[in-house]
Amino acid sequence: MSHISPIIWQFLVKWMTNFPLFPPEASTIAPQMDALYFFMVLVSLIGLTLVILLVTSFSILYSKKRHPVAVQIEGSTLLEATWTIIPLGLFLVMFVWGALIYFRVYTPPANAMNIYVVGKQWMWKAEHPGGQHEINALHVPVGRAVQLTLISQDVFHSFSIPAFRVKREAIPGRYTTVWFEATMPGTYHLFCTQYCGTDHSHMVGDVVVMTPEDFKKWLSSSTSGASLAQNGERLFASLSCAACHNARPDARGPSLANVYGSRLSLSSGGTVLADDAYLRESILNPSQHITQGYAPIMPTYQGQVSEEGVIALVEYIKNLNSDYRVQQTTNTTDMLPQSEGKAAVAGQNSAGQNAAAQKSAGQKPAGQGMVKP
Amino acid sequence: MSTDTIVSLPDQSTARIPKVNFLNKENGLLSWLLTGDHKRIAILYLISITFFFFIGGALAGLIRLELLTPQSDLMATDTYNKVFTMHGVIMIFFFLVPSVPATLGNFLIPLMLGAKDLALPKVNLLSWYLYMAGGILALYTMITGGVDTGWTFTTPLSTHYVNTNVLTTGLAVFVAGFSSIFTGLNFIVTIHKMRAPGMTWFRMPLFVWAHYAASILMVLGTPVLAIAIVLVALERTIGIGVFDPTKGGDPLLFQHLFWFYSHPAVYIMILPGMGVISETISTFSRKRVFGYTAVAFSSVAIAVFGFFVWAHHMFIMGISNYSMLVFSLLTMLVAVPSAIKIFNWAFTLYKGSITFETPMLYTFGFMGLFTIGGLTGVFLGTSGTDIHLTETYFIVAHFHFVMVGGMLMAFLAGIHFWWPKMTGRMYPEKISQLAAVVTFIGFNLTFFPQFILGTLGMPRRYASYPPEFQILNVFSTAGATILGVGYLLPVLYLTWSLKYGAIAGNNPWQATGLEWQTQSPPLTENFLVTPIMDHEAYDYEWLDGQKQKEVASVG
Repeated sequence: MSHISPIIWQFLVKWMTNFPLFPPEASTIAPQMDALYFFMVLVSLIGLTLVILLVTSFSILYSKKRHPVAVQIEGSTLLEATWTIIPLGLFLVMFVWGALIYFRVYTPPANAMNIYVVGKQWMWKAEHPGGQHEINALHVPVGRAVQLTLISQDVFHSFSIPAFRVKREAIPGRYTTVWFEATMPGTYHLFCTQYCGTDHSHMVGDVVVMTPEDFKKWLSSSTSGASLAQNGERLFASLSCAACHNARPDARGPSLANVYGSRLSLSSGGTVLADDAYLRESILNPSQHITQGYAPIMPTYQGQVSEEGVIALVEYIKNLNSDYRVQQTTNTTDMLPQSEGKAAVAGQNSAGQNAAAQKSAGQKPAGQGMVKP
Repeated sequence: MSTDTIVSLPDQSTARIPKVNFLNKENGLLSWLLTGDHKRIAILYLISITFFFFIGGALAGLIRLELLTPQSDLMATDTYNKVFTMHGVIMIFFFLVPSVPATLGNFLIPLMLGAKDLALPKVNLLSWYLYMAGGILALYTMITGGVDTGWTFTTPLSTHYVNTNVLTTGLAVFVAGFSSIFTGLNFIVTIHKMRAPGMTWFRMPLFVWAHYAASILMVLGTPVLAIAIVLVALERTIGIGVFDPTKGGDPLLFQHLFWFYSHPAVYIMILPGMGVISETISTFSRKRVFGYTAVAFSSVAIAVFGFFVWAHHMFIMGISNYSMLVFSLLTMLVAVPSAIKIFNWAFTLYKGSITFETPMLYTFGFMGLFTIGGLTGVFLGTSGTDIHLTETYFIVAHFHFVMVGGMLMAFLAGIHFWWPKMTGRMYPEKISQLAAVVTFIGFNLTFFPQFILGTLGMPRRYASYPPEFQILNVFSTAGATILGVGYLLPVLYLTWSLKYGAIAGNNPWQATGLEWQTQSPPLTENFLVTPIMDHEAYDYEWLDGQKQKEVASVG
């Protein structure tokens, strides 16, 4: 092959020997979805072959040369019924099969490990419950159900892992969830598939699937010192949430212990399940969600807490199973000067950020998760 | 007469283009710009949509060039975003939506119904001016910096986060939308009120049925798009907050409104194309369309069901499981009428007497590519596989198979088929058959690799991509080059034929439609005497009878 330019030759060898035609199957749902996919490919091929066969054989048999005079035919109800009912039947099979898979992808099992993902122009930020943050990457263990709770801080994004066959839109102002169980260690593509502006095509990353041991090692080596719930606790203190939600007999706000997953009666009537979305909404938009027996006095925290901050708060409240921790937090708040108001919180916020910048071990980075000024 | 063609042209040594026809009745630019003649307006549309098609096509060429290599190296990502946005806006609102209805529909519906003109000729002219105003505005936005929201104008990106010409582009689409509403309205009134004596609903050509269904979609769907655009403009300028979650709005609401138009818009684009195919397949197999009523009603069924499937664009966006079930089921139902049409067309060939002129070649291309486009649509309507395939190149390939493989093939079939009626001259047969084959090959090479890319997970609207996807993208770009040649050829030889084409005579194809029973090009008034429809559509025996009568009376 000496007469071919070596560069072209290398190019040909490189690309012709290494171009994938089908994505890896690296999750439990992938083989199930591929079964349906190949069923549909098969039906499509049969349908297409049928159309091509009909058209070509009629074109040959009834070309003007062979068949100079056309025979007029009105139609045939029987034939038309056949090609109405058979495609309809096949499409309905696909509909039911597809719906079953859809429900599976978007119904996480109860024991799934939850990771929060915030999408923003143009990066993915993952928050593990242990406080590990990662940007444009996601480390997950093999053989364990992982639930992602997604939210966007600005525009629509879409979190797509082709090797797992899962994808979910990250929507501003709303939590969405998706789950998967990885089956094969390796590194896979992570894409943002919803067009989100200038650097949409750079909002990509890697999903790293690790054996449980490696994952444990990774967790302990990338911890930031505080868990997500602990970050939430600090935020809870710095926002003075415990001034009202302190579980005292005269408290102005309801106790938050064990509130997650319970059914709450609202003052507007009706009950609501206290899930992630509800907790988020009642922090950002409290007047719409007043628990029965309490006055609508909670101010909105819209614009004061970032989505990561809300996630930390939600994670903290989720893990509150007694009032003990809140009362500990209350004590911290009580130690603050009496005139503590909103302005002071803001001041403390920037002070907290300075503290975080100094990375002094004793100081609490109270401002973490707050909206930057 | 040769046995492999049905073309019967008058004796070229004595034949002349009719002395008086709509093209030469009046002269001068003003007589064109102020015309009320549906045929002249159709020609104005034909010239303008061809212009926009080549602008959109040039932008497509830039996209494919950028994607030749994995890095974003030809242009900045912002530029790339603007290029694909303008490609979408121009191709959809300024080419596909008006393509068949505003040119062929405008020209042929009155002729097919035996009418003098459309019911509202001045409104017809107005709709061309609105189209041009919208088009020029769109070009203006492109020249003055472009827009990078994607043709879908998704909020909150379009309302809060981009700093490009969203308002002017929105205005362009808004204005062009009214052009489409007026065209639809005109067709509906004409089809109801202007049919010739004896032209009952079930004697109308299927082309007219398809346009009737598409017109209903235009009239009912387009206002919703206009509302959505106005809301985006209000949100962007004064921040009314309907789509803004921090103000209690819902960002998904925009997509509901947008797709409420834009899904039916897909049928606005494809139904008129299906109408063309019904005409060509009947003419070139010398047979009545198999199951006329089924094909007519399947157009109406597509129009009705087409309005209730919009949320299948939002399966992964957190709509409730129950609305997913409803919309996925309805999507399956809307796929059935398309399947019916394909099989009815295939069986129209059965026991026909088939010839293979250019329009028929494009028709075969349409049938194959539309079948693939339709079946891959089922992959996306099935909720489970939609999760993996949506927002990837799979969806890009799917809608290009339907819109380009389907609609553009149908448009070219129609242009070649009615070219002798519109101009009085034939196009050159051999080179146009070559163009049809080149287009088909180029199309498949361009878009088939994209199905594989989509299955691999390559997201749409990416300026750069992982290097292992390159080889398929190289195929796609190579195909786009061939496709470009395939589209340039007709422009050249059709222009050539305006002067040098053979004189066509009234009815070169021996077709049955009323439009073929008058001179080519027709008189401004279309017919000397109002025709009386005393036979069914596609009645070739009636046509033979007519010919014998003519021979008897002349001879």
